[in-house]
Amino acid sequence: MSRIETLLGEIHALDASAGQSTWLSRRDPRALVLATLAFILTVVSFHRYTVAALLPLALFPVVLAHLGNIPLRRIGSKLKIALPFALMIGMFNPLSDPLPRVEVLGHAISGGWLSLASILVRTILTVAAALILIACLGMPRLCAALDRLGMPRILTNQLLFMHRYLLLLASEMQSMNLARELRSNKPMGLRIYASLLGQLLLRVLERAQRIHQAMLSRGFTGLMPVIGRPLAWQRQDTVFLAICLVTFVWMRSADLSALLGHALMKVLA
Amino acid sequence: MHMADALLSPAVGTTMWVASAVTLACCSKRLRKDPRDSLVPLMGVLGAFVFAAQMINFTIPGTGSSGHIGGGILLSILLDGPAAFVVIASVLTVQALFFADGGLLALGANIFNLGVLPCFIAYPLIYRPLVKAGGATPSRSRLMFATVFATVIGLQLGALGVVFETHLSGISSLPLDTFLLLMQPIHLAIGLVEGAATAALVAFILQARPDLIDGIPAVTARSSVGFPTRIVALFAVLSLATGGVFSGFASAHPDGLEWSIEQVTGKPEVESETTPVHQWLAQLQERIAPMPDYAFPAQESGKPAEANWPAIDAGTSTAGVLGGLGTLVFVSALAWLLRRRRAPSGTA
Repeated sequence: MSRIETLLGEIHALDASAGQSTWLSRRDPRALVLATLAFILTVVSFHRYTVAALLPLALFPVVLAHLGNIPLRRIGSKLKIALPFALMIGMFNPLSDPLPRVEVLGHAISGGWLSLASILVRTILTVAAALILIACLGMPRLCAALDRLGMPRILTNQLLFMHRYLLLLASEMQSMNLARELRSNKPMGLRIYASLLGQLLLRVLERAQRIHQAMLSRGFTGLMPVIGRPLAWQRQDTVFLAICLVTFVWMRSADLSALLGHALMKVLA
Repeated sequence: MHMADALLSPAVGTTMWVASAVTLACCSKRLRKDPRDSLVPLMGVLGAFVFAAQMINFTIPGTGSSGHIGGGILLSILLDGPAAFVVIASVLTVQALFFADGGLLALGANIFNLGVLPCFIAYPLIYRPLVKAGGATPSRSRLMFATVFATVIGLQLGALGVVFETHLSGISSLPLDTFLLLMQPIHLAIGLVEGAATAALVAFILQARPDLIDGIPAVTARSSVGFPTRIVALFAVLSLATGGVFSGFASAHPDGLEWSIEQVTGKPEVESETTPVHQWLAQLQERIAPMPDYAFPAQESGKPAEANWPAIDAGTSTAGVLGGLGTLVFVSALAWLLRRRRAPSGTA
């Protein structure tokens, strides 16, 4: 049952991380949402053979992780999930694209290896950006921002509800499965699986009824209250977003790695 | 099955985002008029249920592998298409944010593959007609068969979606036919397993709470739901429009249309002139285009598809590698320095 434990631990850890008060978490959440989206678009907009020019963009997650007090090693644990799929698709590139594209110190490198390397760098950058977004804002503030940015309220409500009940349900499922494991040492067959899930579903549906009655009795009108400070866009948020955008455009249009490389070669020569 | 950001181009990613967002807006409008009063908490709890249920596996006898339920069809049976779609969208969002399972740009594509296709294609076009043909009280085996069949079709369509989105993005250079041969059979097997698990759960619900399946408009006559022709038509048009706009930006490279022109005429372009002005304009466009040259995956025939990827130039490449390493060292050093600075206060 390590997967459910991982799930529970992950949600607890992210919630705890979002509870910190840091420079980044004091910004308007909309600024971080927009900056993250711009970052991801910038990363994926590079040519598929680009590797070196992507690297300067790593500054964004590194600096934001510092501003939001988020340990960088957490990104590593996320990559364990994201990398296998990217690798599974990307590993065919060296086979199907063998034409040499660049030459480094006399060794020709094929387009396939370049694009595989590019896929890996892209994965690391985009995963890091998404992690920082959620670890810094947390679900309630992220949903408040998305709501103000125009996402349909039915989805933001749905996300908030799901996030709340995920912990509850996962721990209930864990205890049900533990009870099963204590009574049987056989692997779980389809019949037991279906009745385990079915029982959980029945409990859950009753709980949903009770929740709804409780909500109605407290005057629920279809609007979830925003927890924490209300959203207020300040000048610092504009400055933050502007710096991010200008940096992305700059890194996209000028190959900073190549500039650094030429400078280094001049120094070495 | 979840697409990753790293494999998508911005054009494909945004197109899929627009398609999913439009569907979401239509569903949101519909659900606001929904008569079921406890729908909001019900959807929230069912989303959490599907999420948690996919964390636990049953053993497939004799194979040593394991499987779990698929979400789309089960949710559609319990909630009907639009509500199920919103729940799936939220499950995928949480998976992307909390577990890096599919990225944020890829979220649009994932919602389309795993939400739109099962909830608006497989469920209304496969499950419902099959169940309806069984009359007012369809038999248990008919329900189970319809569930398995709809799950398999839904997943096949989803896998097809992944293949085409990846292929059109051109980041992976896997040939289309190989990719299809890889994805479809694997997902046939996964679909059968997910379908069996979902059908077993549906059978359990049928025994314990038949009202959930019968009472909910899924099976009983509610002909007004039907196939959301308008939604589908709308997002098809919007996707085409966005795709057109973005591939217009992408330029300088065979996009779908140019590529088919190339196939037909055997020439890359329809006789383009090569006056200096044209060349200058082309260079200018290349410089200012926000997303230049989304290379089509190299064709098997070894066609020189990468026209404007610079020819091999050892000097430039070495500079790139050196600079890349330099950047990596710089960023790592910065990360290390920032961590050291935080260490004294960060432990609290």
